[in-house]
Amino acid sequence: MTEFLQQLLNGLSLGAIYALIALGYTMVYGVLRFINFAHSDVFMVGAFIGFYVGERLPSGTITGGLVVLAAAMAGCAVLGILIERIVYRPLRGGPTLNVLITAIGMSLFLEYTGQLVFGATPRAFPSIFPAKVVEVHGLIISMNQVIVILVAAVLMVALEFTVYRTKIGTAMRAVALNPKAAQLVGINVDVVISFTFGLGSMLAAAGGVLYALNYPSIDPLMGVVPGLKAFVAAVLGGIGNIPGAALGALILGMVETFVDGSRWSTYKDAIAFAILIGILLFRPAGLLGRFAAEKV
Amino acid sequence: MPKPLIALIAAVLLAIGVSHFSDHIDPYYLDVITGVGINVILAVSLNLVNGYTGQFSLGHAGFMSVGAYLSAAVTLLLGPKLLGDSGGSDLAQGLVFLGALIAGGLGAALAGLAVGIPSLRLKGDYLALVTLGFGEIIRVVFQNVESLGGALGLNGIPNYTTVFWVYSFAALTVFTVVCLVRSTYGRGFLATRDDEIASESVGLNTTRYKIVAFVVGAFFAGVAGGLYGHFKLTITPTGFDFTKSIEIVVMVILGGMGNTPGVILAAILLTVLPEVLRAVDQYRMVLYSLLLIVLMLVRPKGLFNFDYAAIASRLVRRLRRARG
Repeated sequence: MTEFLQQLLNGLSLGAIYALIALGYTMVYGVLRFINFAHSDVFMVGAFIGFYVGERLPSGTITGGLVVLAAAMAGCAVLGILIERIVYRPLRGGPTLNVLITAIGMSLFLEYTGQLVFGATPRAFPSIFPAKVVEVHGLIISMNQVIVILVAAVLMVALEFTVYRTKIGTAMRAVALNPKAAQLVGINVDVVISFTFGLGSMLAAAGGVLYALNYPSIDPLMGVVPGLKAFVAAVLGGIGNIPGAALGALILGMVETFVDGSRWSTYKDAIAFAILIGILLFRPAGLLGRFAAEKV
Repeated sequence: MPKPLIALIAAVLLAIGVSHFSDHIDPYYLDVITGVGINVILAVSLNLVNGYTGQFSLGHAGFMSVGAYLSAAVTLLLGPKLLGDSGGSDLAQGLVFLGALIAGGLGAALAGLAVGIPSLRLKGDYLALVTLGFGEIIRVVFQNVESLGGALGLNGIPNYTTVFWVYSFAALTVFTVVCLVRSTYGRGFLATRDDEIASESVGLNTTRYKIVAFVVGAFFAGVAGGLYGHFKLTITPTGFDFTKSIEIVVMVILGGMGNTPGVILAAILLTVLPEVLRAVDQYRMVLYSLLLIVLMLVRPKGLFNFDYAAIASRLVRRLRRARG
């Protein structure tokens, strides 16, 4: 029982990180209908901003940790908006595959520029939050896990509020529903798309810092695997659907943790994809997505 | 004799010729030439799926790995039994290698069928994702099969790949894809790409076209994998990951989807380019990715997407006129 709870906790914190990344994928897909492959590298840049800021701050304080998080989020928001403005905007309306290839190019560019700037060797991430471990009835709860879950929960609630209770959020949903009609009623689509990229990149940055806290070594290619899985999570929940992304990420985090703890642990990476394939075959719109029939 | 067949035979003869002089070619250049040929097979075969049939597959490296492992298993396990202690004559070795390549190709084709039947109901991004998923699953399975070397990979694969083998199969790939697409039957691939609903409504079985494209593409990817294994002499599961699939997709898109000469040129360029950029090794991948972005922004229909037939006929006309 204790072991089960322990795995549940581990799965929850892993799923929370996946959720933060998956939300960015799903929001961008919602407004632009394309897979932003560079998103996983924005996640990596977030972790590195956290690394450099965290090194300069006294470690192990709550305020310091929050400052690091805020710095990473602000930095990545700017990066995300710049990427969209410079690279994706000129291609908007073009063939999907070209946009996809550009996104892949952008992803490679960030990874290899990262190797030049940050160095290719993995680095230890500073413990920016107080590192404490509490034991309750044999259940080991690390402070980092609690922080991951708390921060992710707060950010998701904030996102929910932004998307459903603010003017810009309404505009976002309008653009996702129908970009042309949104423009007709006076929404500045460019601003909304920039905002979406900024928001998604902020969440990815937070995810990057939290991931680095729990798996304390970072390198320029660290984003590839979590990014891919977060995208799987977004599709699992129904791509373009914000609560779906969070749900899919939690499920994926749980399943992966439980598989990791079983004797099939070496198949962990494959099982995430196997679930995805199963879902897509039997419910292509994802768990919470609605299936739209194709019209001529 | 039909023109494509003449071209095929000419290409194979040329491959034999070049192979004959391969001892006089610098080994480094020989490596690059071999790499180019393998990438041509991969890109042209993927072009059948992504370019001509319009199905976005991101799992080509997975099929390549099936072929690489299967053909390496044949030459490593069956080879010594068939060839005996002496290692056999050149001809016997060649036959074993041919058998291994075909076995690898058929294995990959079977994998393509197994992947294609369930996943080709999906479209666009979702199909890309499922093929990517299958590619990753294949990789993880190979990582876990201890008899195939597990995560360390297979070592000591005999050095059978020569310029002759690579370019003969490259020529065969181009021949098959071009003839298939130009045939009456093959028009269905283009129709499926251009408008699936319209094709279905005139009675084309689009699912079958997609599966045929997938299986044929996977077959040649498997052959390319076999050639790759017997060229690098060691294969690891991580060598066939997502990045490799992306590399092949980029060749297809840069060349112009559904434009075989363009895709061949792109495969050559994208294999040679990293070698040329090796001088500035540190910045190689940064430049490569920047180039990719800039190309997509400046020439979104692909770098080499010209009307080659028109260019060729214009050249011929000009030559004729010049002759009088």
